[in-house]
Amino acid sequence: MADHRDEPLVLGIETSCDETGVGIVHGTTLLADAVASSVDEHARFGGVVPEVASRAHLEAMVATIERALTDAGVKARDLDGIAVTAGPGLAGALLVGVTAAKAYAYALGKPLYGVNHLASHICVDQLEHGRLPEPTMALLVSGGHSSLLLSSDITSDVRPLGATIDDAAGEAFDKIARVLQLGFPGGPVIDRLAREGDPEAIAFPRGLTGPRDAAYDFSFSGLKTAVARWIEAKRAAGEEIPVRDVAASFQEAVVDVLTRKAVRACKDEGVDHLMIGGGVAANSRLRALAEERCERAGIRLRVPRPGLCTDNGAMVAALGAEMVARNRAASDWQLSADSSLPVTETHVPGDAHLHPHPHSHAHSHDHVHETAKDNLYS
Amino acid sequence: MLLLALDTATPAVTVALHDGERVLASDTQVDARRHGELLLPAVDKLLTGAGLALADVTGVVVGVGPGPYTGLRVGLMTADTFGFALGVPVHGVCTLDGLAYASDLGPDAGPFVVATDARRKEVYWGLYADSRTPLSGPAVDRPADLADRVAGLPAVGAGALLYPETFADARAPEHVSAAALASVAAERLAAGEELLPPRPLYLRRPDAQVPKNYKVVTPK
Ligand SMILES: [Zn+2]
Repeated sequence: MADHRDEPLVLGIETSCDETGVGIVHGTTLLADAVASSVDEHARFGGVVPEVASRAHLEAMVATIERALTDAGVKARDLDGIAVTAGPGLAGALLVGVTAAKAYAYALGKPLYGVNHLASHICVDQLEHGRLPEPTMALLVSGGHSSLLLSSDITSDVRPLGATIDDAAGEAFDKIARVLQLGFPGGPVIDRLAREGDPEAIAFPRGLTGPRDAAYDFSFSGLKTAVARWIEAKRAAGEEIPVRDVAASFQEAVVDVLTRKAVRACKDEGVDHLMIGGGVAANSRLRALAEERCERAGIRLRVPRPGLCTDNGAMVAALGAEMVARNRAASDWQLSADSSLPVTETHVPGDAHLHPHPHSHAHSHDHVHETAKDNLYS
Repeated sequence: MLLLALDTATPAVTVALHDGERVLASDTQVDARRHGELLLPAVDKLLTGAGLALADVTGVVVGVGPGPYTGLRVGLMTADTFGFALGVPVHGVCTLDGLAYASDLGPDAGPFVVATDARRKEVYWGLYADSRTPLSGPAVDRPADLADRVAGLPAVGAGALLYPETFADARAPEHVSAAALASVAAERLAAGEELLPPRPLYLRRPDAQVPKNYKVVTPK
């Protein structure tokens, strides 16, 4: 078993969207998970407004770091490293976190680790269920991502098997909540209403599940439109909308496809466990159906508690601790935010722009860096 | 006293060390798109070159803008974090005050304008009685709307150089220097004056634009 004396103590900073998260972990043990959210400020826009998020991150950052240190009961000088989400995410929001992490690591004289947001979503499960099996199959679903990933080493090898070709699963929840006038964000309220509805009341389409469709890719745009159309037709006919049934049937269509494809990927790749992360992993029906299907397929399911599924600093710290434990190269002081960091780049080592990434392979692509920088200052 | 000054509110990434009496060292790089990448290495080089460490710093001075937000936040977040980590005060100075200080307009030159590029065909600007005395501003406006108020006055800064039809007598310096910013702060601290809180002067509300991937997709 792991030797606790040598486990790294790492502070992680996450600002890729609207949550200012600062977490502290000791190896695979969670010590603090401080989050300041600007979600209420975005609610009236029905989505996250990047400039509002960036402003909120700057205001909340130092107080959130302070709170995490207090909660963890650790001294900053005892940290073994500072980790930060380098991407992907909202460019301006990421930059605030990266800037804070660099300044903090520099001031403390600690190594800095710029890490990948998606790999962090997977790694966070170590805080809940112990070391990740290798390889690990992961289904990441949130407002920003819907991906099936296979990782043999979370610090160096994450392979994308499939991803959404249009909208993220969480976006579909937000959009349907908007059509039903339930407010933003849509996930929690749809989950709640769906519990009182009939998931088989309306047969909504399952995207990309035909025999010729990509086995592991997702599409939620068509579903979104189908649900909106169904609701508008009822409204046009002057009929009352059965909100609970719509919520349940829509949710069922989403989680049916997600779990079906994830279980299939596990079988195809011979992986006997599945990790589910991201904000949508907090959905109770997704958890229940995944459990049912995994059980039937002989697959062990690992889903962190809801608070660790949404964006937070602990997940970044968890991956940072793994970087330290596995002696991965630290980032340098030039580290910049990369809004479209490919999932294959698990971290951003200091010599990344001088040498090719030692673990890069056919799936990495860096074509978007220039546009990312344009975004940053537009 | 050892002040570390930094400003990222203009295309310049600029850093300086000041001992309360004079500027010990400074460095300025102009690259409007790489504030995040350049600032910390610049601080490191500055300190190392002066044979000092960040732990020697007794106060941080930061330009609080106005300036393009993304770059502006890099300086403020860095200053804020340094202040927290070192347990030292962080003093805010209006970036335009730094530019006014660095202008070569002498104390008897009379009123002049400082203007920087606010993008979207606007300028951030302020009116100064002399290089140390702000009269009005900072504000953000279209140059044409200022013509009456700034007519005949000398003007410094990239915003002035960019719009010669409004600012006929435009001059250097183009961008702020942290050396000037540090000097402003040192003089004000010596005089017992209150400095600004280290909070950005945005001057505009955020564009309430929902990102593309959240756009309404109404069925056709
Ligand atoms: Zn996320």
